[in-house]
Amino acid sequence: MLDKAYGVGERAPQVDGPAKITGQAKFAGDIKLAGMLEAKVLRSPFAHARIRSIDVSRAEALPGVACILTGNDLGDIDPYYGHAVRDRPIVAIDRAKFAGDPVAIVAAESASIADQALELIVVDYEELPHATTIEEAMVANAPQIHDTEQLRLGLFHGLGDFQPHNNICYEHHLEDGDVEKLFSKADEIVEGEYRFPSVYQYSMEPHLTVAHWIANDQLELWSNCQHPYLVRAEVADIFSLSKANVRIHVPYLGGGFGSKSYTRLEPMAAAVARKAARPVRIANSVTESMWTSRRHNMICKMQTAADKDGMLLARKVELWLDTGAYADNGPRVVATAADAAAGPYAWQAQKVDAFGVYTNRPPSGSYRAFGATHLQWIGESQINEIGRRVGLDALEMRKKNLLKFGDTIRKGGKPLDADLIGDIQKVADGLDWGEKRGENIGRGFGIGLLAAGSRPVSTSFLRLEADGTITVLVSTTELGQGARTAMSQLVSEVLKVPLSQIRVPDGDTQITPYDRSTGASRSTTLAGGAVHLAALDLREQLIDIAVKMWKLSDEAIEIREGQVWGGDKSATFAECLEWHFGFVGGELFGRGIVRPEEGQGTYSAGPVFWEVCTGGVEIELDRDTGEIKLRKVVSVADVGTAVNPSLIKGQEMGGAAQGLGNAIFEEMHFEDGQLMNGNLADYRVPKLFDMAEEFVSVIVQNEDGPGPYGLKGVGEGILAAMPAAIVNALGELGIEINELPATPERVWKAMNDSRQDDNTLQKKIGGE
Amino acid sequence: MQLQTTINGKPIQAEVPAETLLIDLLRDDLDLTGTKRSCDMQICGSCTVLLDGQPVSSCSLLAYETQDRQVLTIEGVSLNGSLHPVQTAFLQEYGLQCGFCTPGMVLTTLSLLAENPNPDEETIRAHIGSNLCRCTGYYPIVNAVKKSVQLTNNTPGD
Repeated sequence: MLDKAYGVGERAPQVDGPAKITGQAKFAGDIKLAGMLEAKVLRSPFAHARIRSIDVSRAEALPGVACILTGNDLGDIDPYYGHAVRDRPIVAIDRAKFAGDPVAIVAAESASIADQALELIVVDYEELPHATTIEEAMVANAPQIHDTEQLRLGLFHGLGDFQPHNNICYEHHLEDGDVEKLFSKADEIVEGEYRFPSVYQYSMEPHLTVAHWIANDQLELWSNCQHPYLVRAEVADIFSLSKANVRIHVPYLGGGFGSKSYTRLEPMAAAVARKAARPVRIANSVTESMWTSRRHNMICKMQTAADKDGMLLARKVELWLDTGAYADNGPRVVATAADAAAGPYAWQAQKVDAFGVYTNRPPSGSYRAFGATHLQWIGESQINEIGRRVGLDALEMRKKNLLKFGDTIRKGGKPLDADLIGDIQKVADGLDWGEKRGENIGRGFGIGLLAAGSRPVSTSFLRLEADGTITVLVSTTELGQGARTAMSQLVSEVLKVPLSQIRVPDGDTQITPYDRSTGASRSTTLAGGAVHLAALDLREQLIDIAVKMWKLSDEAIEIREGQVWGGDKSATFAECLEWHFGFVGGELFGRGIVRPEEGQGTYSAGPVFWEVCTGGVEIELDRDTGEIKLRKVVSVADVGTAVNPSLIKGQEMGGAAQGLGNAIFEEMHFEDGQLMNGNLADYRVPKLFDMAEEFVSVIVQNEDGPGPYGLKGVGEGILAAMPAAIVNALGELGIEINELPATPERVWKAMNDSRQDDNTLQKKIGGE
Repeated sequence: MQLQTTINGKPIQAEVPAETLLIDLLRDDLDLTGTKRSCDMQICGSCTVLLDGQPVSSCSLLAYETQDRQVLTIEGVSLNGSLHPVQTAFLQEYGLQCGFCTPGMVLTTLSLLAENPNPDEETIRAHIGSNLCRCTGYYPIVNAVKKSVQLTNNTPGD
């Protein structure tokens, strides 16, 4: 299947398919080093506790235990990390800040010995007052999670100067125009208080890291991380190593969805391996991964003002995101949520006040379409409510108020780079909008924007080997999205070689060059941009060789069918190299560097592009139980240019499934900070039976993205759109939802609340 | 205890502690790492192998329960270097992304086709509906199983 060139726009087969379908693809958990120890983590049972003492003597005496690491072992390194705020010790120092916080780590000859040793560690805890909800953390005299004045900022928060204070980790404010004045003259005001739950990304492969020290100054890691270069910088900093002396290998990832963004188990594994002076592996269970990364739960107050014709005037938003005990990526989530709050409408004024709040809960980080998923359903349901009041349907409201291509979204940032009205019209068409619908059938859609791309810094080398094989050195992480296939197609497009002649090996910070991260829908646009430039560079070098070899002008040379042609003469790449080097060896290198086109690529000047988050659903409601059945999903992927339509559709279907889970049943339950459903039996993710019967995928190609061929990223938008679409479909059925997930119980209650005005029904209920 | 079993057609004799789970025997002792570990509680299906043709969760089965029985893992599906038609079908239909649920999905499909060479869509959905996938939204997996039916029935001698 791979013996063929596949250019941009073609449905290439997945280049990693054969390895994965045979079970030969190596994941981090498949790496075994000689002499490797298994490490297990002792975790705090309390949401907030002082650690008076830890007695490890009995555990250390257990045969097979190599070493035990506690907070007392961290004196000779800088033990605090966190890319945004350095608020997280490798293991708890003096205080545990959430139920699940690492307190000690045992390394032993086997996992079962390590587990036994955990039982023998005696920790003397003094329970402290805790703040395990946003409300508890925000009251005056709340227990303080951190001594915030002492906190240092991380290496790459990318958000300018800020200082956490009290339990506020980060705050972000946007204000434009006179909001109060517009509210005072508005004809219609919709307002409400809304809640979004904490949810778990559940990549099927839990977090795992193997650490191996060479001498005392070189560290080698195998880790299922999305951003190896950012992890490398943080780990180097902790142990005072040169960055070049930290080598991170990134094999295939069994999904990520943001849960493997930034630094996770790497500092723990490295610290234990250092103490044990042997290679160490830490493998999370699913429960431990739920304590390692989750999506922020949120409280939001929103008000929207419009005139009597349905023209939107102003929006006011206050939101609080629970970042848990450590900032993790909370500050960026807060900023992105603030960006998404107003929605892509032509406001005369807007005001957004967004806060990230420390609590005694597990840390929250990135999850696919963060910020946008939190806010879009709220904003979009208010737009629909305005429409209902003024007599405009949801599509008319959008056409009247959506921003147009080139409009300002926020001052100093990137203007709108998409045709939103065109996109939402396609969603509506897919839903047969305006057609009569059956009883208890609801249709809804949503549209929003996600600040995508992160920092535009990506690099790549292409190696053309003597036999014509092209090795793509690029550090973008393959986590299922098809990055290696997309990179291969970008090369195949320029050099016209079959995919079987192209290799995209694992990321390895000693070999594959710098890439900022794999997330924010950036890989094809930015890493792909670097690969594209490297391919063009290589192409030019091959043409130069042919010019000299055949004494022709460069216009006479072309590359097609994997060969160089000059008139009726042709040569394989291998033949070109042999002529060039005068020998059957030697290689050429293509170089690709992507950096900010203008300015410094800061958050405020960004984003790299605005990812359009749009889609629609048709649902069927069971009025007796409140249960929702998804009948149809319409996704519109506005991608600029499609490198591989099949992979894009795969992103849309997978993203929609996760959006469904976020919208109607996923929720991590906490009681006093204790996770009550920390496993896959009690925490339900979408199954095959939950999927809609019909999935309509539309791909929009307006060539308006910043990547090669006008492409832009995809893969997150549909997740943000799904809760909005479902909430709006319920809205069309007269059911107002202000808390997700919209479980049958919540829908049933909302249904019965919204019937309060119905006298007949009230009498009927009263009569019973 | 002394274990005698057959894995991917190969007789295996091993001394294993009684509490050894099948998944650990496969992954740690035999280096058959295609079997993937996730939920550890028989929910997700990523560790599925076939025991005498029936799908089982190797995370929740003791190795000794395979005594004198036949185990098939993903490594035993494509023999002699060529893909099984079910594997080809998954590739053709993009029935995988990250690849972590994939071995379990392929083996579950094989057990279905052994039982019923011509399952209808409802039967397909009921059979593979117990396995979780977080990447694909399941649609391409259902298509891959349908394609598997086609390809398997068109492959002589299979």
